[in-house]
Amino acid sequence: MIALLTQAINLFAAILLILAFAMITQRRILNLVHLFTAQGLTLVAATLDVGYLTAQHSLYVSAAFAFALKVVVLPTLLHRLTDRLQVRFDVEPLLNTPVTMLIGILLVAFAFDLASPIAALSASIARATLGIALASVLLSFLMMITRAKAVPQVIGFLSMENSLFFAATAATNGMPMLVELGIALDALMAFLIGGVFMFQIREQFDSLDIRHLERLREE
Amino acid sequence: MTALTLLLACPIVGALLLAGLGHTRIGAEVNIAASAATTACALWLAAKVAADGSLLAYGELFYIDSLNMFLVTLTAFVGLTTSIFSRPYMRIERDHGRMTPLTMRVYHAAYQLFLAMMLFALTTNNLGALWVAMEAATLCTVLLVSVYRTAAALEAAWKYFILCGVGIAQALFGTLLLYLAADRLIGGGEGALLWTHLEAVKTQLEPTILSLAFVFLLIGYGTKTGLVPVHHWLPDAHAEGPTPISAVLSGLLLNVALYAILRCKVLADGALGNGLPGRAMVVFGLVSVLLAAFLLHRQRDIKRLFAYSSIEHMGLITFAFGLGGPIANFGGLLHMTMHSLTKSAIFFAVGHAAQKAGTQVMDEIRGLLQISPTVGWGLMLGSLAILGMPPFGVFASEFLILTSAMRQLPWAAPLLLLALAVAFAAVLARVQPMVFGETTVKRLPHPPALIPVFTHLGLGLLLGLFIPPFLANWYARAATLLGG
Repeated sequence: MIALLTQAINLFAAILLILAFAMITQRRILNLVHLFTAQGLTLVAATLDVGYLTAQHSLYVSAAFAFALKVVVLPTLLHRLTDRLQVRFDVEPLLNTPVTMLIGILLVAFAFDLASPIAALSASIARATLGIALASVLLSFLMMITRAKAVPQVIGFLSMENSLFFAATAATNGMPMLVELGIALDALMAFLIGGVFMFQIREQFDSLDIRHLERLREE
Repeated sequence: MTALTLLLACPIVGALLLAGLGHTRIGAEVNIAASAATTACALWLAAKVAADGSLLAYGELFYIDSLNMFLVTLTAFVGLTTSIFSRPYMRIERDHGRMTPLTMRVYHAAYQLFLAMMLFALTTNNLGALWVAMEAATLCTVLLVSVYRTAAALEAAWKYFILCGVGIAQALFGTLLLYLAADRLIGGGEGALLWTHLEAVKTQLEPTILSLAFVFLLIGYGTKTGLVPVHHWLPDAHAEGPTPISAVLSGLLLNVALYAILRCKVLADGALGNGLPGRAMVVFGLVSVLLAAFLLHRQRDIKRLFAYSSIEHMGLITFAFGLGGPIANFGGLLHMTMHSLTKSAIFFAVGHAAQKAGTQVMDEIRGLLQISPTVGWGLMLGSLAILGMPPFGVFASEFLILTSAMRQLPWAAPLLLLALAVAFAAVLARVQPMVFGETTVKRLPHPPALIPVFTHLGLGLLLGLFIPPFLANWYARAATLLGG
């Protein structure tokens, strides 16, 4: 049983990586929200698993918080936001899908290379997944850079926060509670500010295409 | 401990009050009163720390020593003078129809919350809490930059939001690696993120992890400091937000981000023992100074001009701390203070100049001296001060940094001198026609607040001529703490 659960951490990590790749290529915004919810669920499962294996009850609490925020509150708000803003599809991304995928693969190789000496030094049972966590962070950056609309950019931002949360669980069995709560609060605040901005941007430009936001240039 | 509690409570209470009555006639006065109370608490705390030495509070969650104490005092003081400047400035903006009652409330409440978060970031001992406070301060300033809700302001705020979001996420990953290194050594839990605990064991921290952690922390917090090549948000945010916000961004927030880098550098230096963190900071700093100096020539917007000048000066300070050693560190700390005071004074003068001219385009601002000698002289003296003319304080700190560069890193000194000369020519050529000559500008409905401008410039002048012994001792202690 224990061996199976230890293996399960690697499975969850693999699912997270696949979800990250699915997110950088997904163009329908509704599917993007579903993928984000799935990412949150995987995260909760992984946290519970690590919490059980290491008998750390604080991880149950943080899994509960992650569930409330990342599986219930944020996806609900995202659904409302997409309904109110009437956004369905992203326009053609700034890079086409095969190129994005290739860059993504390079990022994963880079992340594994960077993380392997660190993971060898970690005492956590989930240390092998640190490379995957870093890869997911980098893939979220890629998503924020290559998308041309405001909603996918914000989902990229939230998915980056998820990956960092996973990195914390994988490398160190979770950050101290106080810090984790603070990070969650910041993520929620950032999301709310981003949501308000989207309404203001649409009011100004009649569109959520951030390619309109190119007036200010380096001179 | 009471002083510390009050220091953090004043701006938070102020923010709550102003969320309700920020749009009323007394909104600006409440803002000033809250900032004044914060400054009084900061001075009280400084007096206690000066008497009793460094201090831990609330189960080691807060730690005050000579390094963060002077920054706390500086932050509270500039917060106060900016709130005094903001009173007439924002009144004029409201009369021009750029502010609504709702945005006035957001502006005042977010201003106080921003001060609270910066003070929290400066005083906390927990590196995770430091990150949380930095992110919260960033989000407050995102709201403040977007407050005019024009297309340009929204664009600047969105860019700021996304770029600093990415930047600060890297700092979080760095913090995580730091926690990983400490976890191996002193066990998990809150203790492993407390700076005082980490500092005690810094020589035993795993060098492989610390070097990677420092790279992430330097790039992450460096984004907030405005270091090249991750500086792109800075000129836009300075130019499109209200001028009081440009003053506190340049004068305070950049300092707080640099402070976070310094705390991490002490740990990384201890673990690595090979000077690598210092060398990384020298390179980042030097590139920022050079690039910003050359970009100064190409600016047409007056607030963008001084935003690039902020990048240049933050680069110079990063360079100084990268050099290390007691003299360069002393110069860096002094330059942090001088740049804060002088740059915010310049933004106060610039704000009124732009309001009088009705534009931020420099070619359309002419002959300020004819219509308002105080604004004109404020801008001229401020520019001379920031360019490092004696007897202002910036001259003293730049002199210290340059002489230690000549001693420790001879090849870098001519590059620095070149950048300073280029910046001098660029800024003076722009400012001179704006101040002298025939005028195009008109009078303002409310008298401008010029006391803050001349208080700051006066302090800069005073510190350039004579640094009181207690202050010099204080800087020297902080400089030793930072090591080489």
